[in-house]
Amino acid sequence: MTNSLPPNKNAKDKSAFRLPIQKNSQILAIFAIVCTVIVGLVNELTKDRIQEQTQLQLLNTLHEIIEPSSYNNEITQDCVNISSLLLGSTQNTNIVQKAYIARNNNSPVAVAITSTALDGYNGKIELIVAINIDNSISGVRVLKHQETPGLGDKVELKKSNWITAFNGKKLLSELDTRWQVTKDGGTFDQFTGATITPRAIVKAVKNTLLFFIENKNKVLTLPNSCLIGDQEPQPEYEATNEY
Amino acid sequence: MNTSENNVNEAPQLSENNIELEQQLAEKTLAQKALKAEYKELAIQGLWKNNPGIVQLLGLCPLLAVTATITNALGLGLATLLVLVASNATVSAIRHWVPKEIRIPIFVLIIASFVTCVQLLMNAYTYGIYQSLGIFLPLIVTNCAIIGRAEAYASKNPVKQASFDGLMMGLGFALVLILLGAIREILGQGTLFDGAHLLFGDWAGVLRIEVVKLDSQFLLAILPPGAFIAMGFIIALKNSIDTYIKQRQPKKEKATIERVRVNFDS
Repeated sequence: MTNSLPPNKNAKDKSAFRLPIQKNSQILAIFAIVCTVIVGLVNELTKDRIQEQTQLQLLNTLHEIIEPSSYNNEITQDCVNISSLLLGSTQNTNIVQKAYIARNNNSPVAVAITSTALDGYNGKIELIVAINIDNSISGVRVLKHQETPGLGDKVELKKSNWITAFNGKKLLSELDTRWQVTKDGGTFDQFTGATITPRAIVKAVKNTLLFFIENKNKVLTLPNSCLIGDQEPQPEYEATNEY
Repeated sequence: MNTSENNVNEAPQLSENNIELEQQLAEKTLAQKALKAEYKELAIQGLWKNNPGIVQLLGLCPLLAVTATITNALGLGLATLLVLVASNATVSAIRHWVPKEIRIPIFVLIIASFVTCVQLLMNAYTYGIYQSLGIFLPLIVTNCAIIGRAEAYASKNPVKQASFDGLMMGLGFALVLILLGAIREILGQGTLFDGAHLLFGDWAGVLRIEVVKLDSQFLLAILPPGAFIAMGFIIALKNSIDTYIKQRQPKKEKATIERVRVNFDS
């Protein structure tokens, strides 16, 4: 094919180009449709299984931080959407977090709140913090992070049990100085060679606890937004911009 | 030939038939031999001479990023192998219907579809490994080794050979991934097959081997720079084996040439 012919040279040239272009675009369209159909089919086949896996993963994490025998509701399907500056949102970006509520015969026993620490050493750290109804920490897990392998990644339970130091801790007041790493005068150890990561996590857990204490009633009374089978889980945002 | 003609003089037609048959048979065996040689050549090319990982140096981004453990390496290696075989077979099967001008977008479309399917399947059935591979699973689309094979081999050859080529190239790539993963895991964590249950299910937990007990992790091996260094050593090893083989070969070649000359003189 010769290229860069002026478009209005004559009609014959134009039709000579149009035919192969038409044919090629048709073939391309057919391939695009076939590929889309195949991907769609596979998606349809695996959709349920993927959702099952995600739920299972969530349930496993929740079981680790809230004693499974202490509640009897379907915890993965009992949650509310929340967002707050204390949970990782900033003035400009709104991060929607979830609070999973564990109930025993309909009376709440604990709440697991997801939170984001924005000041990790290498980007955001996503956490889930379980808090008993008496405002003590039931358990904390890091869900996602990009901290340095070998240094900052000791926040994973797989690597070290540092994260269990939060279990049972309470917050006396907003200015409770114990909620810091030992380097800053608190009670939580930092790692050799990595202070920023534990500092960020301690702060995020403290803020989450603070959020729960201040908004406990709201969290427990918001309408459920995690029911499976609900076509549109109505997002109920709670904006408590106290800071 | 002579004896057979003498024996069946009464029926010359039969002998002609026989000769034809023999010729056909000879052609067939010749073709079979050629095919066998081609398969052998494909295997050698994919696994050693033209290995996508250590010779073509294609797909280095996932190669270096996910090989911190042997399990991750195996997961990515298998996924790439699967995509490579499937895309090679498909590209080869449709090669007569694809016009030359639009072959690249069509190849990319096919490869992207297969990668998405593999990604969905891994998400559904090997959730843990899907999470630890992260972004590098969809990034298989951009692995030049795959589109390279589609363009260079599969688009010009029959389905069987193209699939075999995909299998060998994929195996070559997976082997490099596994080797690199094993080296880095032993140096970094002192284990082998850590987290294999994520890939193969719960029974594979017993595969985990504690090779050496390390008090602290050897950071360099786990971080990307360690991957580059280990990769460099693997390539150097491959090159030194090649030169060793080369050094041994010329003597043989000389000998054969001399023999040929003797034959001509006599």
